Amino acid sequence: MASLKTSKDVQSVSGITVRLAGDSGDGMQLLGTQLTNTSALAGNDVATFPDFPAEIRAPRGTRAGVSGFQVQFASEEIFTPGDTLDALVVMNPAAMVTNLDDLRHGGILIANEDGFNAKEFKLAKVDSNPLDANVLEETYRIIKVPMTKLTREAVSEFGLGTKVADRCKNFFAMGLVYWLFGRSLDPTLRFIQAKFNSKPDIAAANEAALRAGWAFGETTEAFGESYQVEAAELKPGIYRNIMGNQALAWGLIAASKVSSKDLFYGTYPITPASDILHELTKYKHFGVKTFQAEDEIAAVCSAIGAAFGGSMAVTASSGPGIALKAEGMGLGMILELPMIIINVQRGGPSTGLPTKTEQSDLLQGMYGRNGEAPLPILAPRSPADCFDIAVEAWRLAVECMVPVMILSDGYIANGSEPWKIPEMSGIPSITVSHPEGTDENEPFLPYARDEYLARPWAIPGTPGLMHRVGGLEKEAESGNVSYDPANHEHMTEMRAAKVSKIAERIPLQDVSGPTSGDVLVLSWGGTYGACHTAVGRCRADGHSVSHAHLRYLNPMPSNIGELVRAFKKVIVAELNSGQLRLLLRAEHLVDCVGVNKVQGKPFTVTELVAAIQQQSNAVRSGSEQSDSGDSRRKAC
Amino acid sequence: MSTLPVLKPADFASDQDVRWCPGCGDYSILAQMKKVLPDLGYPREKTVFISGIGCSSRFPYYMNTYGMHSIHGRAPTFATGLKTTRPELMVWVITGDGDALSIGGNHFIHALRRNLDINIVLFNNRIYGLTKGQYSPTSVEGQVTKSTPMGSIDHPLSPLSVALAAEATFVARSIDAHVKHLGETLKRAASHKGVSLVEVYQNCNVFNDGAMAYAQERKQRADNVVELEHGKPLVFANGTKGIRLVGTHLEIVDTADVPADDLLIHDEKDPNPSIHMMMARMSYPAMPEPIGVLRAVEGVPTYDDQINEQVIAATAAKGDGDLDALFTSGDTWTVD
Repeated sequence: MASLKTSKDVQSVSGITVRLAGDSGDGMQLLGTQLTNTSALAGNDVATFPDFPAEIRAPRGTRAGVSGFQVQFASEEIFTPGDTLDALVVMNPAAMVTNLDDLRHGGILIANEDGFNAKEFKLAKVDSNPLDANVLEETYRIIKVPMTKLTREAVSEFGLGTKVADRCKNFFAMGLVYWLFGRSLDPTLRFIQAKFNSKPDIAAANEAALRAGWAFGETTEAFGESYQVEAAELKPGIYRNIMGNQALAWGLIAASKVSSKDLFYGTYPITPASDILHELTKYKHFGVKTFQAEDEIAAVCSAIGAAFGGSMAVTASSGPGIALKAEGMGLGMILELPMIIINVQRGGPSTGLPTKTEQSDLLQGMYGRNGEAPLPILAPRSPADCFDIAVEAWRLAVECMVPVMILSDGYIANGSEPWKIPEMSGIPSITVSHPEGTDENEPFLPYARDEYLARPWAIPGTPGLMHRVGGLEKEAESGNVSYDPANHEHMTEMRAAKVSKIAERIPLQDVSGPTSGDVLVLSWGGTYGACHTAVGRCRADGHSVSHAHLRYLNPMPSNIGELVRAFKKVIVAELNSGQLRLLLRAEHLVDCVGVNKVQGKPFTVTELVAAIQQQSNAVRSGSEQSDSGDSRRKAC
Repeated sequence: MSTLPVLKPADFASDQDVRWCPGCGDYSILAQMKKVLPDLGYPREKTVFISGIGCSSRFPYYMNTYGMHSIHGRAPTFATGLKTTRPELMVWVITGDGDALSIGGNHFIHALRRNLDINIVLFNNRIYGLTKGQYSPTSVEGQVTKSTPMGSIDHPLSPLSVALAAEATFVARSIDAHVKHLGETLKRAASHKGVSLVEVYQNCNVFNDGAMAYAQERKQRADNVVELEHGKPLVFANGTKGIRLVGTHLEIVDTADVPADDLLIHDEKDPNPSIHMMMARMSYPAMPEPIGVLRAVEGVPTYDDQINEQVIAATAAKGDGDLDALFTSGDTWTVD
């Protein structure tokens, strides 16, 4: 299929940030995903931020029901979905009033005019038509399009009912957006054919709507020109677009393959972790067994049972579910069995903000169990990094015979970015060994330790190695129940040392920028992109600032203490009230400055730049009286 | 193939000292288990005992097999993960009335309704022993315990009724002191393909001594217990009394007064659990209590078989998963 070519002028730009916003039934997530994939296929670097309500169908037309999808595509490497919008597409008044503040001055506002009527104004709780505000014309380029009417006309030949016909309007909007940014229709046409394979009239209608949207852009006088974003210069290789939860699922399967272990995934549905289950359960032919348990406790305990049997066992949840798994995690830790526990963090406490992102479970991961039960903790920094983290987590788990926790978050889980596809042959194998049966007369010591302080992973079915494990304290080596005071202290220390010794084997913390200077920004998890971009911008402006992003949170790399002392000021940026900062202060006695945000939203680059500049300027002017505590930034 | 060594009960004893109170009914269950296992001909290394928390749950430590003493109430969940990934193992869950019916009620129901091929042995002493004497979910109404000085106001829960409601495929009851019956019942549970529940009346001689003396003591047992046999009428009191189905309830009759055909004939294989449920509801002192196998329905697919069959079916349909092919499936692009 030949791509359509515009006959209008084309302006080349380095990057575009678009947000698509409508009612949660308007298909905005689908539109966003398609625009992302199409842009990635065009060779752009892309980063996305889906933002949707917790309710499946919040009341239609209300502000609570607005669903948005933001994507930045660029001809240079990017690390965030963008701060301010170059273009905003709104399908109704509620979407407009809740999103307009993020549109930059001079940006393009495309509105579905047909969605702006008295009934919708009432639902959105606005007194009058927000499109009529005088100030709008001075601030933005406004394009009002009667999308509902034009979509109905475009699909009229297929004889669909009005309700079904109106559902095609997101494809009309898509066509228009594709025209505006010079995107090819082909990937989406392929998607329509595949998705509506069994419903040819719906497929044809959606295609007609998509083409009508494109044609509207080409013919309307409202647009004099379209925009073109050239391909980005990424490292050579084959790429695909990937979402965080998908990358995590694929990474788990890859880890199971390189360790020659079948994967058992025991879980209970919870937002935003459920997509890992949906993804994994498609791959039974990779030896994957998924178990949807009766509750979170059953999920973690089933994984421990599978680990005892010798499988690669994984459980996943989000904060509230992890709270329920606490006792199980403690058992996994004292049994010293390898497994992976994934926490896709969301806004807390309690049920909190199920569909919004936050990094507030770090201390829960560190300390949220009874007794002293340290676990290794890793955090992916981006959607694609989830793949590598999953493999690394399993490597550490079997090397140390310990449950390893992965702290992802909602932003990474649902966000997507180009992923340079690895070759499986290039992924180092993970060696798993199970002891063979011994002579009956030779006692088996299930809690003897190797150089990593790991115990042998003897599995049921092995003659001569019958042994019992349990949650009661165990005698060193024999594993028999022991209430001996000195033994308990010894075992507590062994279990802790086993985790802390990991620091000797993981890479030293790398730094973006000089390894000493005025300001160091320390971050972890999903804030990588925003911090990296903000630090780069400040350095370009002449500030002495470097960035270190932690992927290993427990234990931290062994050079962290030295690193934080090499800067005059350390900023810890995180989406909580200062949890990593607390750990760093406790461990390294270093006075960090917190940049914290607890709004269920990621950092914008702008707010981080402001925070960095403030600290950098304070160092430069020698004024050390600037706050050393919480400087909570408001989103701009 | 070399001949398997003949194992004796002592081969199933671990080297650990048993630490139950002297006179505890648990000793009898442990002894019967060690006696039954050699008869099953299953290798010790392929036998796993998983328990929760409580007096009964110390059981795995005393068996020379693989074992796990896990978390209060959760033993069936560990068994689920183990059995689905290692279906060739014989997995036993050892639990108690508090462990299975109170803190672990949820897991108990779900393991049963999924028909996971495991054997659950529930030691029912109608009291919390390890925490020193609080009432349990099976304690009788009005029971005075440390936590119910004015008498329990909870209505007791019957593990058999719960299991039948979940349509467990094998449901049985036995008695610690009735050793032969206990051994036979355990053996039948082990040979059932699918989930099996054996409730064992177990005397806690420290905190609830004699609570089930009516069934445990040999002299009283005949009058208060019906020993079920498949295809046989329900009779007790040395054959002088029987059970008759009238409408939707069961009643006691003198066998001398009614034709033999009028007595309820036990059908453990009936897929419909309604009559089994009526039998489970027979309770002392109004009625004699049934022991033996209430229900044994064979041929129901097991959870562990099905989860593995799906893997086999998917592999047959799609071939062995190829990750390189998966990664490059769908839309990709190349940067030179």
